[in-house]
Amino acid sequence: MPDWFTPANWFTPDEWRAVALSLRVSVWATALSLPLGIYTAHLLARRDFWGKHIVNGLVHLPLILPPVVTGYLLLLAFGRKGFIGQYLDQWFGLVLAFKWTGAVLAAAVMAFPLMVRAIRMAFEAVDPKLEQAAGTLGASPLWVFLSVTLPLILPGIIAGAVLAFAKAMGEFGATITFVSNIPGQTQTLPSAIYTFLQVPGGDSQAFRLVLISIAVAMLALILSEFLSRAVARRIKGT
Amino acid sequence: MSLSVALSHQFPGFTLEVNFTATPGLTALFGKSGSGKTSVINAVAGLLHPDQGRITADNTTLLDTRAAINLPPHRRRLGYVFQDARLFPHLTVSQNLAYGRWFAPKTPNLKNGGPNFDDIIDLLGLNALLNRRPTALSGGEKSRVAIGRALLSNPALLLMDEPFAALDEARKAELLPYIETLRDQTQIPILYVSHALAEVARLATTIVVLDQGRTLRAGPAADLLADPDLAPSLGIRAAGAVLTATVTAQNSDGLTQLHTHGGPIWLPKIAVAPGTKLRIRIAVQDVILARQRPEGLSALNILQATITEIRLSEDGALIQLGLGPEHLLARITRRSAEALALCPGQTVFAIVKSVAAAQTDVGTR
Repeated sequence: MPDWFTPANWFTPDEWRAVALSLRVSVWATALSLPLGIYTAHLLARRDFWGKHIVNGLVHLPLILPPVVTGYLLLLAFGRKGFIGQYLDQWFGLVLAFKWTGAVLAAAVMAFPLMVRAIRMAFEAVDPKLEQAAGTLGASPLWVFLSVTLPLILPGIIAGAVLAFAKAMGEFGATITFVSNIPGQTQTLPSAIYTFLQVPGGDSQAFRLVLISIAVAMLALILSEFLSRAVARRIKGT
Repeated sequence: MSLSVALSHQFPGFTLEVNFTATPGLTALFGKSGSGKTSVINAVAGLLHPDQGRITADNTTLLDTRAAINLPPHRRRLGYVFQDARLFPHLTVSQNLAYGRWFAPKTPNLKNGGPNFDDIIDLLGLNALLNRRPTALSGGEKSRVAIGRALLSNPALLLMDEPFAALDEARKAELLPYIETLRDQTQIPILYVSHALAEVARLATTIVVLDQGRTLRAGPAADLLADPDLAPSLGIRAAGAVLTATVTAQNSDGLTQLHTHGGPIWLPKIAVAPGTKLRIRIAVQDVILARQRPEGLSALNILQATITEIRLSEDGALIQLGLGPEHLLARITRRSAEALALCPGQTVFAIVKSVAAAQTDVGTR
């Protein structure tokens, strides 16, 4: 295989470490939050329950809250002495603070509102009457979900995942607060850009990473828009 | 198989209080829009949970609020044909048809061994549509697929909520024979919601009349349609009794001769074999009464009858006529009723204008 074919050769080792870490963090953050995202979207789109506004607010909070606050709250909760973190450490030996796993959590929390929003809109586009019809034909609620709802909203789920992935690639504030900016450990792509820009003449080094960020974001937006249209087409059956 | 329904439910500003028993055959829930028909059928389907009620189909209790029994829709074993078809847009016609079959109980409960895919396809003429998507179908085709899908789920009860409401008269006329075939050839009882009296008169074995959320009347179709007290609520212009007629001969001049309890009648050619029983409907407006058998009249169909009941109201007189065990209903002016000195027990002759027995109002039974 020629050298140029390996992405690692496109970058300096520092840059590549940051890009590879961001990819890993984003994949994990998206994959782990997707089931909860689908569940939450379904809850918000289809169920009426006491405290729905509070759940809705909590889900969307990271979108509005200063990211540094989200990161600080994560540190309080999931730090090694945090009220959840200490048990994760004791029972599972899982430490999140200042580890790449913590970057996964931070990225997942920050990307969650975007994911839920896209999937929720897909759920809301599905006519509950179709699900009722499936029920009268003998399908249990789980089967209705698997055989009618899920196939209809699948593009919407992918759209949500793509947006969440792109958001996770770009997450900076909460990540740097919660897991700091340790090269090779927690230095994600935006953190690397930030570090380069702190050094006089670092602009040129940051340039390629900036381009990548723009490309990822733009692609994700176009793709998710396309997929959202696919939901509408699918539901209309054209 | 019989279905018994008793329920009450309080909607904001509307009370539903319904009680009836549906015998085998087709039971029509008839009433104006807003009379609660769809709510009743939804309660039977389990899509509406009434405040109080008990719904049983044969020995299965679908709902009993006192005993806290409420079977979810998917356990009720019913086929629901919705007003708006509700085909699954991501599936082809044949996948839509197979959907209910997948969940149907594998042990057939029907005498004929359960619904056969090919039979249903033939019955509803769906062969050419199987590989299409629902969006590529016309309204009538969608309705047929929805009926097929419901039947193939091997239901113990078929619910139909104005399945042809969205269709024009021509399409409707094309599809009504399918419903008649279902009623006569399958053992599945049908609960059929409609606000079109002609449709109900043609199809129903039993009629349940709903008015503002209450059961106004429930009983055999022929009795209710010939009841002068009920005619105003059914809509005086559309009201009319149904008679059973047997085809006796196909005449060479293109007319079909039928036998009724009031004598022979002739209708424009109906292509069925002699011996076939037909249900004919005669609207109240289309009957003229005479005290003697009229002569020198162009009308062919003159039935001898006995007056059984007279109902005078502000806008006319409704006369119920007995033809053997059957009844006919005529609407005349009060002035005519007085001029003829009509009274119960009297023998009269009913001149039925030939338009009254239009082909679309003739149904097999």
